[in-house]
Amino acid sequence: MKLYNISLNNLYRRRMKVVFLVLGLVIGVSTVVTLMTVSDAMNADIAKKLDEFGANILIVPKSDDLSLSYGGMSISGVSFDVRQLREEDVQKIKSIKNRNNISIVAPKLLNVTKIQRRDVFVVGVDFKQEFRMKKWWSIAGKKPQHGDEALLGAEAKDKLGIGVNQTFEVEGKKFTVAGILAPTGSQDDGIVFIDMKEAQRIFGKPDRLSMIEVAALCYDCPIEEIVRQISEQLPGAKVTAIRQAIESKMEAMHRFQHFSVGISLVVLFIGALIVFTTMTAAVNERTREIGIFRSIGFRQTHIMMIILTEALLTSFLAGLVGYFLGFSVSRFVAPLVIMNGGPEMPFNHQLLIFSIALAVLLGMASSIYPAYKASRLDPIVALKSL
Amino acid sequence: MSNHQNEIKNTAMSFLEVQNVSKIYQAGREHVSAVNGITSQVMQGEFISVTGPSGSGKSTLLSILGGLNHPTEGKLLVDGIDVYELSVEQRADFRREYLGFVFQSFQLIPYLTVAENVLLPLTVSSHSNSEQKEMALSILEKVGLTHKTRRLPDELSGGEQQRVAIARALINQPPIILADEPTGNLDSATSEEIMKLFQALNSEGITMIMVTHNPDNIRYARRCISLRDGKLVN
Repeated sequence: MKLYNISLNNLYRRRMKVVFLVLGLVIGVSTVVTLMTVSDAMNADIAKKLDEFGANILIVPKSDDLSLSYGGMSISGVSFDVRQLREEDVQKIKSIKNRNNISIVAPKLLNVTKIQRRDVFVVGVDFKQEFRMKKWWSIAGKKPQHGDEALLGAEAKDKLGIGVNQTFEVEGKKFTVAGILAPTGSQDDGIVFIDMKEAQRIFGKPDRLSMIEVAALCYDCPIEEIVRQISEQLPGAKVTAIRQAIESKMEAMHRFQHFSVGISLVVLFIGALIVFTTMTAAVNERTREIGIFRSIGFRQTHIMMIILTEALLTSFLAGLVGYFLGFSVSRFVAPLVIMNGGPEMPFNHQLLIFSIALAVLLGMASSIYPAYKASRLDPIVALKSL
Repeated sequence: MSNHQNEIKNTAMSFLEVQNVSKIYQAGREHVSAVNGITSQVMQGEFISVTGPSGSGKSTLLSILGGLNHPTEGKLLVDGIDVYELSVEQRADFRREYLGFVFQSFQLIPYLTVAENVLLPLTVSSHSNSEQKEMALSILEKVGLTHKTRRLPDELSGGEQQRVAIARALINQPPIILADEPTGNLDSATSEEIMKLFQALNSEGITMIMVTHNPDNIRYARRCISLRDGKLVN
């Protein structure tokens, strides 16, 4: 028989008290697990939504010349063709070390030209990438499928006075309006979008690009690092992170995390108090028993070991139960909070280890004083019969 | 521990010695003298009964002899060791090595079986499980309880519980057994059985010091010490 047998036997004897003790910690740990899991799911969801919201990295050619503006961003080289970007740069972007964080690469060729004797911004785009990036686009008609089909912004349609299935010419090339964009309130409203290859051909800029928009999946992604890696790949380009999008994303992410930490600390404190009071009460109840141990030659450290072993075993159990309870609860709570279907919440072994470690730390920390108190009990007071 | 017994058997020197021991408790503003300047010597293998009226200081003296109650004054020497000069943890080791306690109310751990209660002092020793089992069976045989090793204390009679307590006191083979009213909760027939067991243990060389009120028990002791108002009467 060893000391831990005494702890095990005592835990078995005081099953109801152990249940109460474990519950105290389970509530704390499961709350933390729930909040962390929901927080992670929310963060991932927010990140996903914000990533869907559009580009967060803009790549333009380096230029000292005056620039045109595109959506409030400075676009160089539209008129002057200084160190223009090329098609191959798209592949270079997709080859950076953090390429897994790159979601969408949408190249653009910008030109001002006359359509029906009016100056119009004509932008050559890769429609497939463009539609992926701008999920908020709403189109009357259909998406352009062929090289000779175009998409008109709402304002451009009004200026040019042409509608779906009508045709217009750009530099002698005839295009059919496949669809009209619903007003977006952005620069897109005044633009005529045509196929990239056609734009390069009719404006005589084969293989050339004016700018590249990149959507990086930025859930915890190192955006500055991605910018640096792209800059390395494209030394002739100016790579800029659109901070507003990232900062709002991070703010949203951190807000719930701070809330979670606050709630967790309060619940954990309550859990620790429950453990402390239960262990103290248990020590007081076991005064006589501790006196017996001391009289037959148990050292003070042996008494502490018995109490702390009990705390270790119960808190380990609480950590285990707390994780699975919190994980189960979060599967119900997260869809309610996120309101976006069921987010993916796979089994997280790191969180399981964290839960057990947290419970053990809390249980042991809350039991040290009661254990110390027990070990310092005067055996004479403890053993009234002597 | 058997070495202690052998060494002491061959000497005429006292094995346990109390030198001018006093214990004063503070009760509010008053000082109460429980034990007052007691000096005595106990030889190895003696069977001593300590008697006296309630409040005479018997139990206080026994707790001082057991290394559990630091005297206000005086010394306790056991096998040449100045017990109260030891640290708290060293004194725990001393108790484990030199002493076995038998209490009036048995003081068994209710959630441990008979065998586990007997093995308690060995849980902090280096004995293997098989050695422990062997030792427990040997001691339980001595007290006649081999058939009840898996019972819990509350499934036993008073006499049987006291036998378990005696077995626990003996498991470390201590040279001294301290018993505090060991038959106080037992009927006369069972008391006699327990006293005969003590006598048998004493005949094996174990020093017995027993606090008792019961005049029937005194006849088993070879020497009787009487206390009154914390002082030695004879």
